[in-house]
Amino acid sequence: MNRFPSLRRKALVALLVLVCGACAAPGARAATDTSAPAQGGAAAPGRQLARQATKDSQLWITSDHSKHEALRQAFTKPEDVTRACLTCHTEAAAQFHKTIHWTWIDPNADPAQRMGKGGLVVNNFCISILSNEPRCTSCHAGYGWKDKDFDFTDPARVDCLVCHDTTGTYEKFPSKAGYPVSEPTPFGPKKTYQPPDLAKIAQNIGRPDRDNCGTCHFHGGGGDGVKHGDLDSTLAAPSKKLDVHMGVDGQNFHCTRCHTTTVHNIAGRIYATPAATERKSLLEDDLAPRITCESCHSATPHKAGHKANDHTDKVACQACHIPEFAREMPTKMSWDWSTAGRLKDGKPYKDKGPYDRASYDSMKGDFVWEMNVVPEYYWWGGSMTTVRATDVIDPSGEVRLSWPVGSPDDPRSRIMPFKVHRGRTPYDTVNKTMVVPHLFGKDDAAFWKGYDWAAAIRAGMDYAGLDYSGEFGFVETAWAYPTTHMVAPKDNVVACVECHADRGRLANLAGFYMPGRDGSALVDWVGWAAVAASLLGVFIHGAIRAASRSRNAKEERS
Amino acid sequence: MSGSVKNGLKKVYLYTWFERFWHWFQAALILVLAATGLEVHGTFSLLGFERAVAVHEWCAWAWLGLYVFIVFWLSTTGEWKQYVPTTRKIYEVAMYYVSGIFRGEPHPVPKTQRAKHNPLQRLTYLSISTLLIPFQIATGIAYLYYNDWAALGLTSLSLETVATLHTIGAFGFLAFVVVHVYMTTTGHTVSAHVIAMFTGWEEVEDEKAVPEWERKTSPL
Repeated sequence: MNRFPSLRRKALVALLVLVCGACAAPGARAATDTSAPAQGGAAAPGRQLARQATKDSQLWITSDHSKHEALRQAFTKPEDVTRACLTCHTEAAAQFHKTIHWTWIDPNADPAQRMGKGGLVVNNFCISILSNEPRCTSCHAGYGWKDKDFDFTDPARVDCLVCHDTTGTYEKFPSKAGYPVSEPTPFGPKKTYQPPDLAKIAQNIGRPDRDNCGTCHFHGGGGDGVKHGDLDSTLAAPSKKLDVHMGVDGQNFHCTRCHTTTVHNIAGRIYATPAATERKSLLEDDLAPRITCESCHSATPHKAGHKANDHTDKVACQACHIPEFAREMPTKMSWDWSTAGRLKDGKPYKDKGPYDRASYDSMKGDFVWEMNVVPEYYWWGGSMTTVRATDVIDPSGEVRLSWPVGSPDDPRSRIMPFKVHRGRTPYDTVNKTMVVPHLFGKDDAAFWKGYDWAAAIRAGMDYAGLDYSGEFGFVETAWAYPTTHMVAPKDNVVACVECHADRGRLANLAGFYMPGRDGSALVDWVGWAAVAASLLGVFIHGAIRAASRSRNAKEERS
Repeated sequence: MSGSVKNGLKKVYLYTWFERFWHWFQAALILVLAATGLEVHGTFSLLGFERAVAVHEWCAWAWLGLYVFIVFWLSTTGEWKQYVPTTRKIYEVAMYYVSGIFRGEPHPVPKTQRAKHNPLQRLTYLSISTLLIPFQIATGIAYLYYNDWAALGLTSLSLETVATLHTIGAFGFLAFVVVHVYMTTTGHTVSAHVIAMFTGWEEVEDEKAVPEWERKTSPL
């Protein structure tokens, strides 16, 4: 009767192989998973590549600056230090003059546009530097930018020390147009600035450290953590938990490890110009800037076969690997200028809010500070649009002063996390433009002196040489920052379901299909209706069968 | 080879070890794939999205492997004959399930000859194994290899279309499972067909009417 005994035996063996293989496969994968941490994640090529590409940093410096005659003098003016530097580093000032760190103008934009904070760009923090220079330019790597007559061609005006000081003693005074003090000077009730020992600092210069960049970039917007959310003083000596690359208990990266620098040009995004136009790894180009994650980690950084590798064409690494920003210090999320100027007994005052931060300041208005903030996500091709004081705005909605450019249809765009700082900011209600208020100064028109918006805006607009109708109001504004620092260790990533869900992190991002979030309501409705109809059908069929069986049985008996 | 005789019914060995394994493994795969697929679709949360994707993918490959074995087994054993479609008496069979079954009428295709598949079953299983399963395999593989579309030149394909088609297929399976499970209760007892699918032995009235080629040798 057995017509195919050998065939059956073979089929059985083959089947056993299939079953065993199928059962073993996930086990094998699980085994790799558990062994991964012990092997340092050898299975993830992106980590392996990055490890190979990043040895402990070493110093290659062949010069001891304390032995240079030019620096062995009692400097009285910081410009003299710069002149001394330039005796050897002959091209340094000319190089630096071309960079945005000097001009505060996008070097890639048409100069007539005056694109930059040194020009016509307005933000929703302190709005504009125009007419407020001495306060703002304490973060300018130069000396004396106190008004629009600043000489941008003077080599001696370059401040070498703010970026190259290694002693940690060099400080520029907050309102002296970039100068340090020459005698002890108090600032506010708590802090007194000391004159720096310029000779000592000059003899100990070195490559920029986290503290050098952080002097300005951790404190943008006039305070620690105000602007970025992913940049604050906790990154001066972060734990690996806060930043997996910069952690002092880990790789201990300095900023310049990724922000690679050639002739004083520091890699990074500048307004509409992406930080990198090509996504190249160091294997493809050993002198490529390390500014993108892919530079070291490649485009397939995860273990072979891991679904995350399939995401790198559409999702920026930061989207999953920076689950929240401002993780150790609050950041300012909202700034309402419209309430500024309230006085108590004729005097300005501050209210303290959560996180020991001001929730109201007569000089500035209402603030909202937040910690552990979940970013907003937008398609981004690396470029931002920026509104200038001459651009016509639509005040009927939120005015996006700085906003990512991207689309799901653009192959260069990725889904990127952003900090979006919102606020209410003054604008010209007739001309429909943002305005430049005169905030800082000893004159009565300065808002922080007279608390009169009309006078402050008039003075600021006159100074900037811009059309102003005389009518102002406050408009909802948004300023977006790409979130790219504070990359968390791999055990703290955004889980799949945080986005692949109905009301997940990407709920508001339209124009593409995402499993778990999207689907055809019609197909779902018809599909479930078909299943329900089948259930109902078999239920009715079964009921009739049961009823007729008992009736038939009765008939048989009778 | 036949088994014991009970209540005038005789036991015939109809389902081999492989067929039974294939049936139940496939049943389990369909249920797990449906559950994990619906989770990925966003219908509910059960395993967690990431694990649901992993399990779904694993089951999909397992089924593809099993499908290869099934096709191989069917083609080499000659059992494909069970699936040759016929319209003979199909109307009568349909009418039987619509009305005759309630009146206690005999099945229009004598039980002896429908030991395995009646004409309606043949059509159903044939369309599932040659249409629905390949459709799900095709849309599933396209879905899985979404990232390679550009390299393959499939620029006009949209993920939304592929995912929607795959979802439609899933609902097809769900509806089939409902009806299929119910149909197992229409044997001479409610559990007769299910038991047969476990043991391999089906009870028939006239074992001689079961063609020799349908019978199998003793259990493995």
